[in-house]
Amino acid sequence: MAGTTATERSGTSKGGGTLYRGDLGMWSWVAHRITGVLTFFFLFAHVLDTALVRVSPDAYDKVIETYKNPIVNLFEVGLVGAVLYHALNGIRVMLVDFWEKGPRYQRQMLWAILGLWVLVMIPGTYFMLVRTVSEMFGGH
Amino acid sequence: MSELTLARPRSPRRPAARRSNGELYSWLFMRISGVALVVLVLGHLFIMNVLDGGVHRINFGFVAGRWASPFWQFWDLAMLWLAQIHGGNGLRTVINDYARKDATRFWLKVLLYVSMVLIISLGTYVIFTFDPNITD
Repeated sequence: MAGTTATERSGTSKGGGTLYRGDLGMWSWVAHRITGVLTFFFLFAHVLDTALVRVSPDAYDKVIETYKNPIVNLFEVGLVGAVLYHALNGIRVMLVDFWEKGPRYQRQMLWAILGLWVLVMIPGTYFMLVRTVSEMFGGH
Repeated sequence: MSELTLARPRSPRRPAARRSNGELYSWLFMRISGVALVVLVLGHLFIMNVLDGGVHRINFGFVAGRWASPFWQFWDLAMLWLAQIHGGNGLRTVINDYARKDATRFWLKVLLYVSMVLIISLGTYVIFTFDPNITD
């Protein structure tokens, strides 16, 4: 994993072709794309549901109730995780582009943002799910 | 400094592909809006999902309380516009990368631009015309 570069690995795919199999940097790019597209689709739905405040308080409250459903609540953790990765990796991309030593430390910076992601997501997940979990198992 | 001697270019003008700097501005916009969105979106997610009970305390009254302040109105308006243009520009790149036929690429982009205009207009309208006493 650590030592191989993209050039060493290209051309070693099964078919003997030259399929690009980049290293970690490629996967950080793939994850950046997927999290970005997912967030954009969610944003479409989210502006529509918020627009219900122009219809009636009742209509808005009803739709917002779905956000408090345990399954949807779990998706919210996923959404926050996706957006957080996209934000942290975006900062890393900017450092690679604008900081003179950025390209040299791109791999270390990837591990750093992944570590930061875990550090933020542990308390984040706790606070997002604590009420749902206590209502399911504590019984209110 | 010695004088740089180069043959005079024979082509009368630059090739077509280099005549526009659109992609450069698009690249720059992604980074500038990205910095702003890190603050706006992570702040929004923290307030709405994590702080003080998170999503369970959100209802019409909560929205009314926030949009009583011009600060949060401006926050949400800036977030809406920047996120739509940043995300729309990202999706434009994704469409350019994966659509194989010109017609597919064209219609996917039409769909994308229509959805961007729809969401930006609707969101802006809602923020500017929000009425906390809508039922009265």
